Amino acid sequence: MKVIVCIKQVPDTKGGVQFNPDGTLNRAAMLTIMNPDDKAGLEAALRLKDQYGAEVTVVTMGLPKAADVLQEAIAMGADKGVLITDRVLGGADTWATSTTIAGALRKLDYDLIITGRQAIDGDTAQVGPQIAEHLGLPVISYAQEIKVDGDSVIVKRQYDDGYHMLKAKMPCLITALSELNEPRYMTPGGIFDAVNAEITTFGRADLVDVDDSNIGLKGSPTKIAKASDKVRKGAGEKVVPDSPDEAVSYIVGKLKDKHII
Amino acid sequence: MNFALDKKYEMAQNLFREFAQNEVKPLAQEIDENHRFPRETVEKMAKYGFLGIPVAKEDGGQGCDPLTYVMCVEELSKVCGTTGVIVSAHTSLCVDPIQTYGTPEQKAKYLPDLASGRKLGAFGLTEPGAGTDAQGQQTKAVLDGDEWVLNGSKCFITNGKEADVYIVIAVTGTVEKRGRKMKEISAFIVDKGTPGFTFGTKENKMGICGSSTYELIFTDCRIPKDALLGQKGKGFGIAMHTLDGGRIGIAAQALGIAEGALETTIAYVKERKQFGRSIAQFQNTQFVLADLATKVEAAKLLVYKAAMTKAQYQADHKTSYSVEAAMAKLYAAEVAMEVTTKCVQLHGGYGYIKEYDVERMMRDAKITEIYEGTSEVQRMVISANLLK
Repeated sequence: MKVIVCIKQVPDTKGGVQFNPDGTLNRAAMLTIMNPDDKAGLEAALRLKDQYGAEVTVVTMGLPKAADVLQEAIAMGADKGVLITDRVLGGADTWATSTTIAGALRKLDYDLIITGRQAIDGDTAQVGPQIAEHLGLPVISYAQEIKVDGDSVIVKRQYDDGYHMLKAKMPCLITALSELNEPRYMTPGGIFDAVNAEITTFGRADLVDVDDSNIGLKGSPTKIAKASDKVRKGAGEKVVPDSPDEAVSYIVGKLKDKHII
Repeated sequence: MNFALDKKYEMAQNLFREFAQNEVKPLAQEIDENHRFPRETVEKMAKYGFLGIPVAKEDGGQGCDPLTYVMCVEELSKVCGTTGVIVSAHTSLCVDPIQTYGTPEQKAKYLPDLASGRKLGAFGLTEPGAGTDAQGQQTKAVLDGDEWVLNGSKCFITNGKEADVYIVIAVTGTVEKRGRKMKEISAFIVDKGTPGFTFGTKENKMGICGSSTYELIFTDCRIPKDALLGQKGKGFGIAMHTLDGGRIGIAAQALGIAEGALETTIAYVKERKQFGRSIAQFQNTQFVLADLATKVEAAKLLVYKAAMTKAQYQADHKTSYSVEAAMAKLYAAEVAMEVTTKCVQLHGGYGYIKEYDVERMMRDAKITEIYEGTSEVQRMVISANLLK
């Protein structure tokens, strides 16, 4: 069984987000991490490796520095890394990104593709399903649980008010939620192997069935009008009750109003 | 000479730091208060290979080197001195001598279990009457047919009751050296559960309170003849060589404690306000922190150098790292004591309260000046090399 996990190196937003004067993200000023949803997807793939001996390949697209995130994935247990990097691919929106990644995946063997639901820097949740569309694969998004059943996968898909159980024949694509699992740490020995592991690099010329009009900044229909840090939710309500009893009945009332209890 | 860390060390440091923050720090205060051995942390560390970092992959380890191991002990000790010493005593004092002196059979029997953390290791040299003076050993091993019979006791043994495999130093006879009768000392590997091997009292310590420190008692304890580690009569050298390595581990622990105290204090002085401004704005605070940070950096360079010198020894089996290890431990331990004491002072009254980490760190730091060779012993090792 061959599993491909698409992962992205994103700015670590824990320490706050920094912008350039033109409104784009100042990536150089921020530490980078593996996108949390992607990390959960990788963990799911590594569990398939532990259980079924699956071969796990991680794929990322970005600047040459994005190889770091592939090395991290290999140090966690992935078998191979593929970096898609080329100047002409820069400035891609979700459409150009998914077109590019699909072009690279056409060169690789797979039974299952896992992507994160969305990246914490863009929060679009578009790239995974778009890749599936380009490749003509069924897609199951928001996976909370993944099981393999013969040549199919059974996935528990999260919904606002419950979940769906879905079965799809492989090859297919699954988008993972960070709640899917608790990703493992790297191991020291894994790190020593990862820094010496060969990373396969794909450029524009390696992409299969991809038109120039669909890649890079020129192939991106999305134009960013404005970018901002996360907007805080409402300020909330400040209540100063007279007694603990009053506080409890107020809270219980609110929880009932919202049908939480 | 290049002071920048290679990428693999940077990645390893990040790994250990993340693990320490997520898995170790949340328990540090509780295990200290309850004097509880953090078995769950040991299991997690085993899962991620932290108990076999400098062990070859073919022996079940991670195939890394002494510097990676030192970084692990350092990062763990930044948040919890107890967790740091569990790894250090296991790796330096039990795994290392088996790696260095074990027969192929002994290595095959013990290393995969120890390096994977399925089993935990400990080392018994100290006795009530034999601390710095290792020649004062009373524990005896007598060969009886195909078995050694051990009698005696060892005290202050780290990982005491929690370990599964013990390196035990014992007297196996007398030899004449320069016309004087000396004790012949040998090293043995003893499994937990061997009849005649029991535990005495648990020590109630000032610091590293989660660490399991016990007395080991041997009463007609029979172990197989092939449990002898290295050659008969070479036990003193094995013990001293093992402690050279152990000192690098303890130096890393001391370094970590000092760094942890400094980090915590830097955050504290920025928040704590007196006379209308943060105490970080007072020059006294600034100068104290500057001195402490400088000493911590110097300690780090000594500790890393000692680890790299040991790596050189592992490559050529010639380079001595005894002096480097002694200097690293002497300096890092004294820096740890000074840094933690001054960090408590910068915290004022809060530093004396158990709720604040520096209180624990100051208690944990003290032992680094004592075990695996006191600061005085390190000075003896260093000066003996200068004056030879």
